[in-house]
Amino acid sequence: MPKVTWILSDGRKITAEVAVGHSLMEAAVANNVPNVIGECGGCLSCATCHVYVDEAWYAKAGKPEEMEQDMLEITAAERRPMSRLSCQIKMSDELDGIVLHVPAI
Amino acid sequence: MADPIIVIGAGQAGASLIAKLRALGYDGPLLLLGEEPVLPYQRPPLSKKYISGELAVDRLLIRPPGWYDEQTIETRLSAAVRALSPRDHTVTLSDGSVLRYSKLALTTGSRPRRLPAEIGGDLAGVFTIRTLADADAIAPMLAPGKRLLVIGGGYIGLEAAAVARSKGLDVTLIEMADRILQRVAAPLTSDYFRELHGRHGAAIREATMLETLIGREGRLVGARLKDGTRIDADLAIVGIGILPNDELASQSGLAVENGIRVDGQCRTSAPDIFAAGDCANFPWRGQRTRLESVQNAIDQGEHAAAAMLGNESEYDPMPWFWSDQYDVKLQIAGLNRGYTDTVLRPGKRAQSQSVWYYRGEELIAVDAMNDALAYAVGKKVLEARRSIPKAAAGDPATELKAWLSVS
Repeated sequence: MPKVTWILSDGRKITAEVAVGHSLMEAAVANNVPNVIGECGGCLSCATCHVYVDEAWYAKAGKPEEMEQDMLEITAAERRPMSRLSCQIKMSDELDGIVLHVPAI
Repeated sequence: MADPIIVIGAGQAGASLIAKLRALGYDGPLLLLGEEPVLPYQRPPLSKKYISGELAVDRLLIRPPGWYDEQTIETRLSAAVRALSPRDHTVTLSDGSVLRYSKLALTTGSRPRRLPAEIGGDLAGVFTIRTLADADAIAPMLAPGKRLLVIGGGYIGLEAAAVARSKGLDVTLIEMADRILQRVAAPLTSDYFRELHGRHGAAIREATMLETLIGREGRLVGARLKDGTRIDADLAIVGIGILPNDELASQSGLAVENGIRVDGQCRTSAPDIFAAGDCANFPWRGQRTRLESVQNAIDQGEHAAAAMLGNESEYDPMPWFWSDQYDVKLQIAGLNRGYTDTVLRPGKRAQSQSVWYYRGEELIAVDAMNDALAYAVGKKVLEARRSIPKAAAGDPATELKAWLSVS
């Protein structure tokens, strides 16, 4: 299974395998990654699964669609160019090894 | 060993509460009791992506099974609590075992109101949607050409109607009030969803009273309305509101008033007993309030956890809700109770619009249909306890984002 690594704001790293097609928010919740909450279960209503995609992976992960762009307006942590809602990034073989930075909130 | 913290009710509120206890550093024994045979799972997808087959059951779980071991949380499923003694600090399960607790949380949730048996409420083919078992029973019946009667035009009934239409069923929805969503939304929002369902071929009949369901050999075959009309149906879904599960609390002498009465720290009237989620009635902005939502289950569950560990802060949530019907996402920020005025704001895309609720000149809630920006801005403004003037909210030429930074 492809892997994802979260880098927390204190520098700690968590790496986990994720089934293809599952969202990186689901994976974060399953692996107890702090500050990735996913209150709404991935339906674009809460913006609590906000992450910064590592620059090297941003293009591969794809651009946020319009609804997600709008929801990124209300993230708890500052919005940056690499901001994404991780419920909208689905794991695929192309994303094996993806690195996400978790904001401090 | 110290007595455990016991949490009764393994839904969203209970799951959030136990996770927060651990996150806040409580490392004592912790026991979660659930009546259903499954670990805590997300209920909202039941009437949406789960029932339509898009989401498998393992993805409904709030935490994977291994998480409970990692966190040293004991779970007992299919476990019904028969009695609770606040004085002795004990709970008695239906198998007779007696468990002592140090502190207790009631996250017992709520259950759907049912139709009385005298009018066919217990016929085979009549469903409510609350549990995984409910959804699993309905799913096989969602086949093209079947006739579904939905009783009640609230969100759950409308969501069921939308899923059934997309599966090719004939759908009739009856609502006894003058309009769908009357209890929860303004006429503008009702109009929007009436039109949406009409366009997708669901028959919405408002101001329509059910006289009785009709069964043959114990199985639903149709319904008769008060006006004498007969409707044939293969299945019925009843969505006429939910009731808080507060019986255990009232039998144990706890104060109960449309749910388990708690204060701003989620404390019930009995020492060391807390409550959170659908079952809890709490003070909010000067009024007794009971919220039936995921937001409240999570936030109040977490608040109760902190309160159990000594946090004294007041629970002051910003309610939000959502609903998915066909290709429309409805997002609601705030609580519109007591609104005196609404303003319609057309959106930038087809089918996108928002309804802004005011009490006097104060913004109190926003319904956003396929308009996440209106929702996002409304939510942020409400969280900051600010407002947006009606004229600006209603004028699509006003840039909403500008209101994010106004202080």
